[in-house]
Amino acid sequence: MKLEYKVEGGDFTAAGFASSQIKKILKQLNIDPSVIKRVVIALYEAEVNIVAHAYRGVIKAHIESGGITLTLEDEGPGIPDVEMAMTPGFSTATKAVREMGFGAGMGLPNISENADSFNIETIVGKGTTLTIGIKFK
Amino acid sequence: MNLGDLCNLVGGTAVCGTARLGDSVEYAFASDLMSDVLTIKSTDFILITGLANIQSIRTLEMSDASYMLLCRGKEVTPEMLELAEENGIVIITSPYSLFRCAGILYSAGLKPLY
Ligand SMILES: Nc1ncnc2c1ncn2[C@@H]1O[C@H](COP(=O)(O)OP(=O)(O)O)[C@@H](O)[C@H]1O
Ligand SMILES: [Mg+2]
Repeated sequence: MKLEYKVEGGDFTAAGFASSQIKKILKQLNIDPSVIKRVVIALYEAEVNIVAHAYRGVIKAHIESGGITLTLEDEGPGIPDVEMAMTPGFSTATKAVREMGFGAGMGLPNISENADSFNIETIVGKGTTLTIGIKFK
Repeated sequence: MNLGDLCNLVGGTAVCGTARLGDSVEYAFASDLMSDVLTIKSTDFILITGLANIQSIRTLEMSDASYMLLCRGKEVTPEMLELAEENGIVIITSPYSLFRCAGILYSAGLKPLY
């Protein structure tokens, strides 16, 4: 099954909508709740990152019998130093982002913690693509 | 701890999910930082927070957690209410500060996650 959602940068009210939809579908597919939690937590932090740090993006979810692959591709500033961005506590988030309960530099480390596979491709001035893989068993 | 008792202890009002006030909860986590809440692996906890916006409800939804105590008389927005109802989330509001709520509930036996 393939799903696709658009995400707008700066739209904090809608942030989490795609994660919520994908959660509902995984529930219908009777995936283990603890696996669903790992999927949607990684996805939600990644979705919030598009809203917080990029201009716009597309979330693609590819669900197969063995697991899920999430691809989050955004048009945005890109990440100049991925290693630094992955460091717990590193954040360039604005006050508006912090007011929403994010912006503590914990998102990327927590995505990595929950994912079975995690990859970041980024081009400064163009955008960032995250690929997150989680196995169902 | 029974949610109805919890509500009384903090001079609270249940604004959503009142049908579930008979539920009990064993653990609590107090934070305004949703990224921190999202690191919690368990699902049996009540979130004690001062963050009154849609993302605090989204965070509970993603965490598979169902209970929120919103402190310091913060107003629940219509969007929060709608999303909470959709997900069967209980919201209790209290006029007390986060510190006071946490203190009362800790003394009454609600357990910390860490
Ligand atoms: N999609 C993205 N586009 C551009 N920069 C990003 C993106 N995702 C993360 N970053 C950068 O990496 C940093 C760390 O991200 P994260 O760990 O999620 O923490 P936070 O979002 O709380 O700042 C961000 O502050 C930002 O500088
Ligand atoms: Mg983030």
